[in-house]
Amino acid sequence: MRHRSLLVLSATVATGALTLSACGSRGSDNKSDGDSSGTVVTIGVDAPISGDLSALGLGIKNSVDLAVKQANAQKIVPGVTFKIKALDDQAQPSSGQQNATQLVADKSVLGVVGPLNSGVAQSMQKVFDDAHLVEVSPANTNPTLTQGENFASGQKVRPFKSYFRTATTDAIQGPFGAQYAYNDAKKTKVFLVDDKQTYGVGLVAAFKGEFTKLGGKVVGEDHVNTKQKDFSSVVTKIKSSGADIVYYGGQYPEAGPLSGQLKKAGAKIPVMGGDGMKDDKYIQLANGLADGDLTTSVGAPVETLDSAKKFVTDYKAAGYSDPYAAYGGYSYDSAMAIVQAVKAVVADNNGKLPDDARAKVVDAMGKVSFDGVTGKVSFDEYGDATNKQLTVYVVKGSSWAVAKTGTFAG
Amino acid sequence: MHELPQQLANGLILGSMYGLIAIGYTMVYGIVQLINFAHGEIFMTGGFGALTTWLALPDGTSIWLALPLMLVGGVLTAVLIAMAAERFAYRPLRGAPRLAPLITAIGLSIALQQAVWSWYPNAKDARTFPQIPGGPISLTSSLSIQRADLFLLVAAPLSMVVLGTFVRKTRTGRAMQATAQDPDTAKLMGINTDRIIVVAFALGAAFAAVAAVAHGLRYGQVDYQMGFIAGLKAFTAAVLGGIGNIYGAMLGGLVLGVAEALATAYISDVPGMHQLGGGSWADVWAFVLLIVVLLVRPQGLLGERVADRA
Repeated sequence: MRHRSLLVLSATVATGALTLSACGSRGSDNKSDGDSSGTVVTIGVDAPISGDLSALGLGIKNSVDLAVKQANAQKIVPGVTFKIKALDDQAQPSSGQQNATQLVADKSVLGVVGPLNSGVAQSMQKVFDDAHLVEVSPANTNPTLTQGENFASGQKVRPFKSYFRTATTDAIQGPFGAQYAYNDAKKTKVFLVDDKQTYGVGLVAAFKGEFTKLGGKVVGEDHVNTKQKDFSSVVTKIKSSGADIVYYGGQYPEAGPLSGQLKKAGAKIPVMGGDGMKDDKYIQLANGLADGDLTTSVGAPVETLDSAKKFVTDYKAAGYSDPYAAYGGYSYDSAMAIVQAVKAVVADNNGKLPDDARAKVVDAMGKVSFDGVTGKVSFDEYGDATNKQLTVYVVKGSSWAVAKTGTFAG
Repeated sequence: MHELPQQLANGLILGSMYGLIAIGYTMVYGIVQLINFAHGEIFMTGGFGALTTWLALPDGTSIWLALPLMLVGGVLTAVLIAMAAERFAYRPLRGAPRLAPLITAIGLSIALQQAVWSWYPNAKDARTFPQIPGGPISLTSSLSIQRADLFLLVAAPLSMVVLGTFVRKTRTGRAMQATAQDPDTAKLMGINTDRIIVVAFALGAAFAAVAAVAHGLRYGQVDYQMGFIAGLKAFTAAVLGGIGNIYGAMLGGLVLGVAEALATAYISDVPGMHQLGGGSWADVWAFVLLIVVLLVRPQGLLGERVADRA
């Protein structure tokens, strides 16, 4: 029997160890640019640089890198050289929290761009806030991050004053998607699926509220796990529910295969989702069966904005090996917002960085206002972007086409 | 209940895949009493081997022509890696305390994942896998089967028959049985146990590679992490069926697959259990089943010898 208990013990240990290994951090990627003359200010980046969401994470990192290079070249803040310190969170809250501690410990860091995932942001907010270190997320869309747990009932309380974002919230994105599904796409029966993550659950709840208010019906609900590959049970449920649209709250690594398996099983209904689904990888993962699938994404499409054309050209010219992806423009603007805030702080202090620069940058961030890649960049009293534009995209062939751009009217 | 036939089919298909992978765990365990936790990664390399074969073929090759070649490519890759793993990672530790090879297996599993992650082109994200064209085949109004799954439905029983015959009828197969029963006596009888162990690793890897091709066809992608969850499930299937017993592995896989499918579909309909149903709870119910079976039958569904051996 000794061996039996060893078998059980080894199985338990191994399961635990494998689980840990799956979320271990995979090194960090530091880059420094420019000369080191004058004061060096580091802009931290936290994003999933490896793993399933690396397509989005690398876009964020490269766009911040581009912003930093340009800020240095144009000498936006005289006497200050910016550099970037990019850490990989692998979309794991625990890694994000560690990275946050690491960035706080580096005294030259005056602002952080990131993270991508709302769930990761939750683990980082307090660490940054305690250190009065400003955090600007280009991609978090969960409303509670800026408006507190009870935002839906109108009691908006900003939990952390060092947290800002250039992305629009799901409280706007979900209903905007619901209006498109009901009014424009003429869908009335929805099957809701989420991945149980902060982002997915919040988005689905926001969609559901508006969709039922408009008169649509929810014919079924289910939840999946991140990294899940087999959706056959869920697909069977969707097919027998009689839904004419599936709304998915989550990211493209699960959404793509879900859509592919749904279409393969013979259901001819579109899958709709939020910005976490809007990546070219989604179309690939659906094995070319994603035609007609919809997403909402924050802001107007970067390619169509005049202000963004320069960004797109510069990004290409800089020769990054990965595309700027869904959040490139927002990441660039987030980094530039930090640069602008530092500029204001330095200007207030006779051209030098004050001793309590971090706290001053947080205060300055609330007053930042400039024309960025994605339009006017400024923040309201909760730290949310004042720019509330959204776009609905539809899959046509192997790319996303713009279906509708607008501002959510409520 | 009109979903039932479809959900059962989903479960059986998923279970066949678990079963194919589980054979590798169970055979190696039966002979050397080692839980080869790197087996999930052997499965993964089989998938990448098949993908490499596909990429090496000229564009526009028919999938029907390519599939046998991809199977050969996948099986070769997985078998070579498994044999190398046995030779360099496990054999030096033969006779060492059991925890040592177990830790080695975990290390090897991480090493293989990272090797594919860093060296296989564009493997940092999921790579798309070729697909069998055509829609699902409707058997009845409420039951349809996808073309990709036909492969698995043929391959899994066929593999079992081949393996069963091999173990019972051939010299090597009988030598495997002898080694599993008593390695020392088998050695005294002139059986080259080192070779038998290599054969066990190679066979397990070959079946895992077949499962990996099925996985690729079914889900349209392979990625460097795919061995982790699949491996864990297959290990569960092997324990559920009775580790050390090859038929138990397949049965355990099927039971696990069906349990997952039914849990997804029906638990939430049980009054008061709404919160505990749905796709995300499938794993929980699968492990609840494992615990219940092990409480009632500690040796697993078909495990007989394990009680006095392990």
